[in-house]
Amino acid sequence: MALIKLKINQRTYQTDADPDTPLLWVLRDHLGLTGTKFGCGMAQCGACTVHINGEAARSCVLPVSAVTNARVTTIEGLSAGGDHPVQKAWDEVDVPQCGYCQAGQIMTAVAFLKKNPKPSEAEIEAAMSGNLCRCGTYHRIREAVQLAASRPKK
Amino acid sequence: MASAGGGLILGFSWTESSALAPGSFNAYLSIATDGVVSILSPNPEVGQGIKTAFPMIVAEELDVDWQQVRVVQAALDTKNFERQVAGGSGSIRHSWQRLRKAGATARRMLLEAAAKRWQVPVGECRTEKGFVWHGTRRLSYGELADEAAQLPVPADVALKDRKDFRLIGNRVKNVDNPAILTGKPLFGIDFYREGMLFAMIQRPAAFGLKIKSVDAAAARALPGIVDVVTFKNNVAIVGKSTWQVKKAREVVKIEYEKEVPLESTSDHNRLLKTMLESTEATVRRKDGDADTAFTSAAKVIRAEYQCPFLPHNPLEPMNFFAHVRPDGVELVGSTQTPELARNETAKLLGIPPEKVTVTLTRMGGGFGRRLKADYVLEAAELSSLIKAPVKVIWTREDDMTGGSYRPAVRYRFEAALDAAGNLTGYRLRGAGFNVGNSTREDNFPSGAVDNLLIDSVDRKSPITTGPWRAPITNFLAFAEQAFLDEVAAAAGKDPVRFRLELLEKAKAKPVGAIKYDIDRMIAVIRLAAEKSGWGKRKGQGFSVYFSHNSYVAQVAEVVSTKEGPSLKKVYAAVDCGVVVNQSGARQQVIGSVVDGFGHAMFGNLTFREGAPEQKNFNTYRLIRMNEIPEVEVHFVDNGLDPTGLGEPALPPTGGSVANAIFAVTGKRLRQQPFLDELKEVTF
Repeated sequence: MALIKLKINQRTYQTDADPDTPLLWVLRDHLGLTGTKFGCGMAQCGACTVHINGEAARSCVLPVSAVTNARVTTIEGLSAGGDHPVQKAWDEVDVPQCGYCQAGQIMTAVAFLKKNPKPSEAEIEAAMSGNLCRCGTYHRIREAVQLAASRPKK
Repeated sequence: MASAGGGLILGFSWTESSALAPGSFNAYLSIATDGVVSILSPNPEVGQGIKTAFPMIVAEELDVDWQQVRVVQAALDTKNFERQVAGGSGSIRHSWQRLRKAGATARRMLLEAAAKRWQVPVGECRTEKGFVWHGTRRLSYGELADEAAQLPVPADVALKDRKDFRLIGNRVKNVDNPAILTGKPLFGIDFYREGMLFAMIQRPAAFGLKIKSVDAAAARALPGIVDVVTFKNNVAIVGKSTWQVKKAREVVKIEYEKEVPLESTSDHNRLLKTMLESTEATVRRKDGDADTAFTSAAKVIRAEYQCPFLPHNPLEPMNFFAHVRPDGVELVGSTQTPELARNETAKLLGIPPEKVTVTLTRMGGGFGRRLKADYVLEAAELSSLIKAPVKVIWTREDDMTGGSYRPAVRYRFEAALDAAGNLTGYRLRGAGFNVGNSTREDNFPSGAVDNLLIDSVDRKSPITTGPWRAPITNFLAFAEQAFLDEVAAAAGKDPVRFRLELLEKAKAKPVGAIKYDIDRMIAVIRLAAEKSGWGKRKGQGFSVYFSHNSYVAQVAEVVSTKEGPSLKKVYAAVDCGVVVNQSGARQQVIGSVVDGFGHAMFGNLTFREGAPEQKNFNTYRLIRMNEIPEVEVHFVDNGLDPTGLGEPALPPTGGSVANAIFAVTGKRLRQQPFLDELKEVTF
């Protein structure tokens, strides 16, 4: 066990964890940030996607010791009032069925749109294909990404 | 009539016999003095949208603005609710009238309260969006709630005419969107209780093994580990965090021994073929004399279809919280059947069910897996053994290898045609493992064929099985609809025309009992054909299926590409009666098509010596965004009372896709996953 200091959602957290603990479980078990979801534990489904220094990363395979100096953003810290343009698009399109994968989908989409603000449909599909949705809300996810991309940037 | 904290709390009954009698309230809506309407949603939310659709129905009859409504998830409450189940696509169908009556009764009481205040006949008052009006004056529901609560509950109230619906049939967003999209704790796996322990359970790696010995010394020595407990065929590692118990589990040494012979997929393939030859099948339906029809047939078509075991793979793996205390048991988590979870827990622990509470969380999918209570019982048993609150978490590997699969089945279909191409005889035999009756003997084409024999053979297997979204029909419909396409081709008839002729015959000269509505089936067939331009376009495949009281016809469109056949589009014509929520309903159909196509194409769980060979998404392929077809949904607008949509659009998908692939490639797909079959196709 080691004392670990983390910068998450612009706050500083301190916790006692084994250095090899995946960031996912530190977020969920140690810090009570359960918005980031466990789906597969091997970076296959994308439910655990967070941002590390603004880049999408799979927190289920990321040892916490590797991110002690990084800026971590989770779904809870994406916006103050759930009003990030991607979150708003997700609501307007009414994407979620069960909703379990959607935090990961949103985190992937936000990082993707930052790099590629005006993506083609094929680019969206390529970028989002790493995230599984067992309910099959893919059409609406694609539509929501397109909607968010169509909005003028602040 | 109970009034608490100011305002109206109106009970409503789920049983027609005790409707709205005071003292037997078993669900309620409440109106606060500030006008906020709280509606309790009793059924478990698994992504089917019930937590939005149920309150919509109440709010419609109450005639209240949707913005005023606050939805509350009920806990398990068998005194006040009925059928708190997420399964069988049955929630809306079972509750439609009761929910409407609940809203309408409250509306009537608010009208009476306003009429009394104004000293006018109640017939002169009307309601609109949370207000009672008389001429140009109005009172809000909030202002009237206290007075209305004092009034006797009317026994009979008029329900709205369908043309007056303002909310039902609209597009209403998921009520949990704000929480889902900001990552609030909602799901069972998110539940946390101060002092709670975490546990993972090592279950046997293969079906048919039992524990011989356990050496947990190394695991116990690891940091954060509180206990290692062996019960039944489980070794539970209990500790302070998920990661610590996961790591400790890896160093527990368990020896197993064979309890029964271990089965492999090659055994299953052989056994299924043998079972189709069995002389001991259970007859499910017999009309006329099938044997004679086949001996005198001009043409006989025979084909066998097979589907593999499938895991459910909800994205939230199984998990449950249990706290067994001396005075009672607290259960919290994702379950499609909280009542079963409670009753089985009570039985296991030898306590009355009243001592067990079940709090319902939002589920990260279920697909039937959460209709079983095994994972709840494990948590309860473990908590009783360690005398502490505990959350048992399954990894994806645990979830995929832990059983309760869709059973593997094989069907043999036979059709006899006369010289004119009429279907004169039909035989179906289903064979499967732990499947029970693998047929739906009263479904179409039963009723349309003079000579018919449907039977089934079941075999016990140590591999556990259970309901998987649209049980039985999720594979039977594929096989049947693909076979009917083969028969139509052999008869030289258009597949749509062929089905319509059979239905017309069933209507004019029904054979035996007919348990589907012929006109409704014809209507969806015609709608799908019309919307898809059937007969005018290439590469199309047709299917139609009745399941869970709804009717769905599909046309799939496939094109050839360099990589093989590619599914471009699926048209779905759906009759589920009144559509409650356009947003939720459309997505149920689209999601079912995606699910049905994905599993028909890729889904395959194979076994070697009793152990599943696919354990995670690196080897078990689920459909992804770049693989989905366009889906166009059309609802039949017939005004009939609503049925369900959680399942009915899935079963026809395998058939429409297989038939479209045949149209393009000339290859009949008779085995799932299609991907394996398509490897042999050349273009």
